[in-house]
Amino acid sequence: MAKLHVSTTINGEPAEFLCEPGDTMLDALRGPLGLTGSKEGCSSGDCGACSITLDDRLVCSCLMLAVEAEGQDIRTIEGMAHGEHLHPLQQKFLELAALQCGICTSGMLVASDALLRKNPKPSEEEVRFWLAGNLCRCTGYDKIVRAVLETASDMREQGTRESWQ
Amino acid sequence: MTDIRYLAPSTLNEAVSAFAAGGSAARILAGGTDLLVQMRAGSVKPGLIVDIKKIAEMTAIEQTADGGFRIGAAVPGAVLAEHPRFGEVWPGVLEAVNLIGSTQVQGRASAGGNLCNGSPAGDSVPAMVAAGAIVTVQGPNGRRELPVEKVPAGPGRTNLLPGEILVSFTLPTRPPGSGDAYLRMIPRTEMDIAVVGVGVSLTLKGGVCSAARVGLGAVAPTVLLVEAAAKALIGSKLDDAALNAAANACSAACRPIDDKRGTIVYRTKIAGVLLRRTAAIAARRAREN
Repeated sequence: MAKLHVSTTINGEPAEFLCEPGDTMLDALRGPLGLTGSKEGCSSGDCGACSITLDDRLVCSCLMLAVEAEGQDIRTIEGMAHGEHLHPLQQKFLELAALQCGICTSGMLVASDALLRKNPKPSEEEVRFWLAGNLCRCTGYDKIVRAVLETASDMREQGTRESWQ
Repeated sequence: MTDIRYLAPSTLNEAVSAFAAGGSAARILAGGTDLLVQMRAGSVKPGLIVDIKKIAEMTAIEQTADGGFRIGAAVPGAVLAEHPRFGEVWPGVLEAVNLIGSTQVQGRASAGGNLCNGSPAGDSVPAMVAAGAIVTVQGPNGRRELPVEKVPAGPGRTNLLPGEILVSFTLPTRPPGSGDAYLRMIPRTEMDIAVVGVGVSLTLKGGVCSAARVGLGAVAPTVLLVEAAAKALIGSKLDDAALNAAANACSAACRPIDDKRGTIVYRTKIAGVLLRRTAAIAARRAREN
């Protein structure tokens, strides 16, 4: 069967790719689109390493068919930094060593960014609940949660929320 | 996977025609949080996937003329949570829907998918049963409505006829003094499958329970409507004797399996414990309304 042609928007840029009907969005990102920042952990929606946003909604790209991206707005970890300028969350993860092996990190960052866009002042409990679908086997989560809370606080103080929308 | 066809029709009639023509190899795609996992595991090999999210009715949340709600079968949990009114009127149903999976899963997973997946442990189903939700289905022979508890037929099976697609849930008008709640028992705090789930919806008039419905999940091949438990609550002031009678009715209704998540004895006991706790929350909410 012929491959399906999909036209979509990825990180604000128009993008086109070919896929099989049963391919997941994660397959398309890591394959034809060459965007390997989204990681494959479990492929069953449990680990969150493949987190992206679909029309500003946080989803697992392994639980979405690639063909569903037609006409939609996809954002991935590759769209997070502005050129050489890291997103405040990325900078804070580095400063606080909120990562070790790195497999969960892009999913953690995409999910944390989605949280702060929705809720600029989350409590620690809200951060932990929001990130319950992002598994990390290295850090024990404390440094990640601290990094998200500190970034939220910094962004509120510096008023940098808008420049990173 | 090369033999799969994918369709995303914009009308329900097209979807029904395609789904019916696809026969037993056709699958409906709403949020995909069960279907894609099943495809990945190889337990489902669809020949046709019908994506219903381009059909307006499937993704709409509407207040009906009489003050009830109609929720499209494919409305994701996160979207339902953002509705300005729904969670005030049906907090128990919303809690149950929002307990399904992570933030990422909530972005996609729907009550319609949860029901049609046919799991006895689906969290939204006991709450929908307690709420008295009516589902609308459409198939090759037109539309029909049925009570939500009539949909599950057994693990992984429903009573929908060949070619029928779940369209929406209709929740009834809420009389003053009504409240609902859903609790589930899981061994961890988050992200797990219910060992027991209990939904209670009730109405209080002058401190007396005038109406009640109880839905019970994960303790039988299907989610159950426990009429004996509701009967024990109706006419009472939700005193200890009534709550104990309702708890016993829930335990008596259990026909659970023994598995790694819970034994028969444990599930049967917890069904009663959760009934008491859930009824207490529903009653508190009813008094506040």
